[in-house]
Amino acid sequence: MEFQSILSAATGGHGLAVNPWASVAYLVAGVLFILALRGLSSPATAQAGNRFGMAGMLIAVVTTLLTHAPATADGLLDTIGLVEILVAIGIGAVIGIVMARRIAMTAMPQLVAAFHSLVGLAAVAVAAAAYLNPQAFGIADAAGEIFTVSRIEMGLGIAIGAITFSGSVIAFLKLNGNMSGSPIMLPGRHIINLGTLAAIIGLVAYFTFDQSPWIFWTVTGLSFLIGFLLIIPIGGADMPVVVSMLNSYSGWAAAAMGFTLGNTAMIITGALVGSSGAILSYIMCRAMNRSFISVIAGGFGADAGPSDGGSKEQRPWKPGSAEDAAFLMSQADTVIIVPGYGMAVAQAQHALREMADQLKKEGVTVKYAIHPVAGRMPGHMNVLLAEANVPYDEVFELEDINGEFAQADVAFVIGANDVTNPSAKTDKTSPIYGMPVLDVEKAKTVLFVKRSMGGVGYAGVDNDVFYMDQTMMLLGDAKKMADDIVKALSGSGH
Amino acid sequence: MDFIAIFSIFVLACFVGYFVVWSVTPALHTPLMSVTNAISSVIIVGALIASAAAGSASSKWLGLAAVVMASINIFGGFAVTARMLAMYKKKER
Repeated sequence: MEFQSILSAATGGHGLAVNPWASVAYLVAGVLFILALRGLSSPATAQAGNRFGMAGMLIAVVTTLLTHAPATADGLLDTIGLVEILVAIGIGAVIGIVMARRIAMTAMPQLVAAFHSLVGLAAVAVAAAAYLNPQAFGIADAAGEIFTVSRIEMGLGIAIGAITFSGSVIAFLKLNGNMSGSPIMLPGRHIINLGTLAAIIGLVAYFTFDQSPWIFWTVTGLSFLIGFLLIIPIGGADMPVVVSMLNSYSGWAAAAMGFTLGNTAMIITGALVGSSGAILSYIMCRAMNRSFISVIAGGFGADAGPSDGGSKEQRPWKPGSAEDAAFLMSQADTVIIVPGYGMAVAQAQHALREMADQLKKEGVTVKYAIHPVAGRMPGHMNVLLAEANVPYDEVFELEDINGEFAQADVAFVIGANDVTNPSAKTDKTSPIYGMPVLDVEKAKTVLFVKRSMGGVGYAGVDNDVFYMDQTMMLLGDAKKMADDIVKALSGSGH
Repeated sequence: MDFIAIFSIFVLACFVGYFVVWSVTPALHTPLMSVTNAISSVIIVGALIASAAAGSASSKWLGLAAVVMASINIFGGFAVTARMLAMYKKKER
């Protein structure tokens, strides 16, 4: 009795029995989460921001443990119950930290998708637990009738949580290569999807009249299904948008549960994460000049891959060697490196940074130009370069550096293609028309590292830059080419 | 708390989120995703309540399962964010 009464003062009515100090603590946690995101405005403050986030989480968890400690029938602390909870946290901590330590930076999109799926599944589990034991959550009257508002919140929470889970699982399988990145198109999928969505909305509405288990579990099942159906038709090229979108959903799922529990920390966090994911989806869509609706409708990237036949006209192009490239760049004043995902696949980032170091020794100014969709998720290329010890103040975003190509002596494109294609600016029939691109063709010389002349990028479009007079094609594996250029540079002496 | 009070906090937090996220530098968008992932696991609050509540064994076990999942995210999310952020270095002069 004493233990519970000291720590929790019941207020009654809708929501949980709330101790006023607990409310303050949750609010502080929410504010710390805002500061965590605020810190990310600059790499200099980001680490402090991350620590604010950890502190906020610690406050939220400790507050909940204190106000909702497991109690025995006579009101004393239930030690076994507490140990069970601490063991559960411990298991999660070990798995989480091991995953975080082991993951390769190239695999970050998969890890984030996996984490999103866990948030979704946790939200489903919490909503189901609240449904099975509503009085413990303070969302039902003495007879076990769940309040109407809580039913809507719970219905939305479980639907969004389940969609986040199954959608993230598919995104994970596609990003991890367990499932083909090409879109899987079911016949009549728009009808099936709209029908399923309508059924979910209808059932959630009906749930407010009738809290029968079959409605609750049908909503859960249909939501798992729709998450799956929504993501399978989306192609690999659109995965950055999908991962951002699922990020947003995981936030809305947390917010919905926050409404159910009347918990400010959860609501603030849900709103922050929800907006964050939505903004990142918008940025990714804009970077690919794709509308959000067309991404969701799916099908982009269907013709990706080496399916390119020999039907294309043969145009003359100029081949070059690593020695040629080394000579051209060592004579330059400014070199702008344009890395793409192909560079990361070839694990060439360290060799590339060595090349840049050699050039800097010879007095060349080296900068990196990053297209927003250069990686497999927002900001991915920046992380890959940071891992290779490229200083972040040498790395520039598209809008900040695009004006500098005209003054640059060399644009060194490695593992990128579509993001440099000038037809996006001029050719209205091109599938990538309107996509913002890096103006590499304005540089005095363009060096293009590419595996072969045959393969084209995700969009399946030929790039006019290959055939321009100032372009030299360096055919070969990106890592080997970068290594060879390093050798040629160090061999040439100073 | 009544619904309107909670809803007001939610709407204001959406605006705060909008402005804070636009101020995040694009170079840190990947850490932004991993850290938002970690903090969205604040859903652990609900999981802890379910695990501690008496009255339904299935509810308790669902709660404990959710505690494990949310903890993976919390520890994994913050750890991987810290690992990434530690790699961002300025040019040494």
